[in-house]
Amino acid sequence: MAALMRLLRVWRSRPVQPARTAAIAVLCGLLLVGSALARTVTDSAGRTVEVPDRITRVFAAGPPASVLLYVLAPQDMIGWVRAPREAEKPFLLPSVRSLPELGRLTGRGDTLNLERLMAEKPDVLIDFGTINETYRSLADRVQSQTGIPYLLIDGRFENTPAALRLLADILHVTERGEALAKAAETIFADVDRVLAQVPQDRRPRVYLARGPEGLESGSRGSINTEIIERAGAVNVVEGLRRKGGIVTASPEQVIAWAPDTIITLDRGFRDAVAQKTEWAPVPAVRNKRVFLAPGLPYGFIDAPPSLNRLIGLSWLLHTFYPDKAAGRLRDDVRSFYRLFYQVDLDDAGLDQVLGPSGG
Amino acid sequence: MRTAALLLVLTAALIAIALVAAGIGPYAISPLDVLRTVLRGLSGQRDGGAADTVLFNIRLPRIVAAATVGAALAAAGAAYQNLFRNPLVSPDILGVSTGAGLGAVVGILFGLPVVMIQLMGFAGGLATVSVVVMLSRMLRGNSDVLVLVLAGIVVGALAGAAISLVKVLADPYDQLPAITFWLLGSLAGVKAADIAATLPVVIIGLAPLVLLRWRIGLLSLGDDEARALGVNVVRLRNTIIVAATLITASVVAISGVIGWVGLMVPHMARLLVGPRFDRLLPTSVLLGASFMIAVDTVARSAARIEIPLGVLTALIGGPLFVWLLAHHRRKLLP
Repeated sequence: MAALMRLLRVWRSRPVQPARTAAIAVLCGLLLVGSALARTVTDSAGRTVEVPDRITRVFAAGPPASVLLYVLAPQDMIGWVRAPREAEKPFLLPSVRSLPELGRLTGRGDTLNLERLMAEKPDVLIDFGTINETYRSLADRVQSQTGIPYLLIDGRFENTPAALRLLADILHVTERGEALAKAAETIFADVDRVLAQVPQDRRPRVYLARGPEGLESGSRGSINTEIIERAGAVNVVEGLRRKGGIVTASPEQVIAWAPDTIITLDRGFRDAVAQKTEWAPVPAVRNKRVFLAPGLPYGFIDAPPSLNRLIGLSWLLHTFYPDKAAGRLRDDVRSFYRLFYQVDLDDAGLDQVLGPSGG
Repeated sequence: MRTAALLLVLTAALIAIALVAAGIGPYAISPLDVLRTVLRGLSGQRDGGAADTVLFNIRLPRIVAAATVGAALAAAGAAYQNLFRNPLVSPDILGVSTGAGLGAVVGILFGLPVVMIQLMGFAGGLATVSVVVMLSRMLRGNSDVLVLVLAGIVVGALAGAAISLVKVLADPYDQLPAITFWLLGSLAGVKAADIAATLPVVIIGLAPLVLLRWRIGLLSLGDDEARALGVNVVRLRNTIIVAATLITASVVAISGVIGWVGLMVPHMARLLVGPRFDRLLPTSVLLGASFMIAVDTVARSAARIEIPLGVLTALIGGPLFVWLLAHHRRKLLP
């Protein structure tokens, strides 16, 4: 801008020449047209980013962003961070099932080549998750390297409705964004309504069992157990710092924690735990309260930590407080899949998601 | 005679440490209850209560596993340091740990059951060392220890690169943490069945080292001197490599990669009994077992979550090693 002013000043100091004036007029006209085709948006990190007015090709940088983009605007997707597995495909729209796997772009473990990304000609890149200096600078770097606008969207669970509205606005799918955001708010409100009726001492004490041995878990405050805690349960795994992470435990430690409910992501563990003698003293195992979290097409608990957890929250509510939760879980799941994933589940599909006895 | 007395003391110390470790853990059981439960359990009466399960299915197997792992790594380390006539050698000099790591992480990547992951770790360790030995034989007949070490470095680096590749391919939410934890080593998931499978292999590997301890000791004089004293150097060297690899691969398969023990414990043993291999081997085995039980007890009870063993052994081993070097340099050279 300063340079332009200087240029104008130089021109002004000279005698007026009609040809120059015309050239300036044309230049200004071009600038105006150019700005009409672009607009500025502010992302969750407070970065103002110029994006094209018509966005048709979007790449999501990590798995959580993929889910956000898929539920809002599947028609804009140009590829996956991790292509859907065969088992997941029936639960996704046919148009996205065979999109290519491009790799991930978040942090040091990048598997996506920037040139390959540019060859795909995305209009914008989005990432959905933690907002900190690392991700901010990563976004700035990729944006300045490739010239493709890079938007960061706050991925905290509570921020889900706002995140839906923000991205919907940018992608011009405001109506769909509003509908999804409303649905998300309804789920959160439902949880708060139920929790208001359940006193602290009646809340379940939960252990999240990950991995085939069930000995990986997430400590309190981790993104992996965030929704278990949001559903009012006490995560028995106290971490070493406030913001938890993935930890390993020993069976002895689990016995000492004495959880009354176990949520697992691993079918093998769920099937085998009753026969494992070292797990026998755990109250949850003794009282047969070991629940396998559904995972199609996306995990109900944490894989990836994105919007898929909304239906996980409903599932936990029905699992923890079966007499308090409103409606039937099967109906909730069916309408969530129709609204968010845009697929209709028949009874067989529902059984596949929830397990035959589920709901 | 002095050595025999020392070994007795070390055995007593090992038993004492194991007993103390049996009384420590996140599930609180008073020492008296521990004693009562163990005595009752040994006489064949188990009540199946929580304390009973914790002790017999979790804590005691874990203590036995720690002792096995420590003893095995220390024995392999002592044998290798003697073979290579170099105090900086550890059991993974020929790439056995890295190879085992590669086998295991591939197993994790494909989502195999735990037993298969352990088997793949074991097989990966054996395969890597086989490749190293074959490579060195192709390069320079069978006579040069240096070529063997270089081949070990090269193949180990290749396996390390392959591990990195697997990490990149792994699912960041599910498999990557599992791989990371495996490579840091832990006994958190160890079961009595794991020990039943591992212990015989360790004993099979230890047997030749014990039986050939005199001849192995001669190797430290140098190949030519040993040969002049009637030792078939090449055959002996291959025997040591096979034995040490078996030992290391079998324990790494259940514990994951644990560094420092195989390097440092033989040094502590050398400090006590000097460099003679026939004394060094039993001392290393006993010290290694005690050391590992102590470290694992810290790993499972110091914090609210498990601390990876590899982190602890490095934290304890590094400074201790520097201290040994500073104060007892002369005695340490084999």
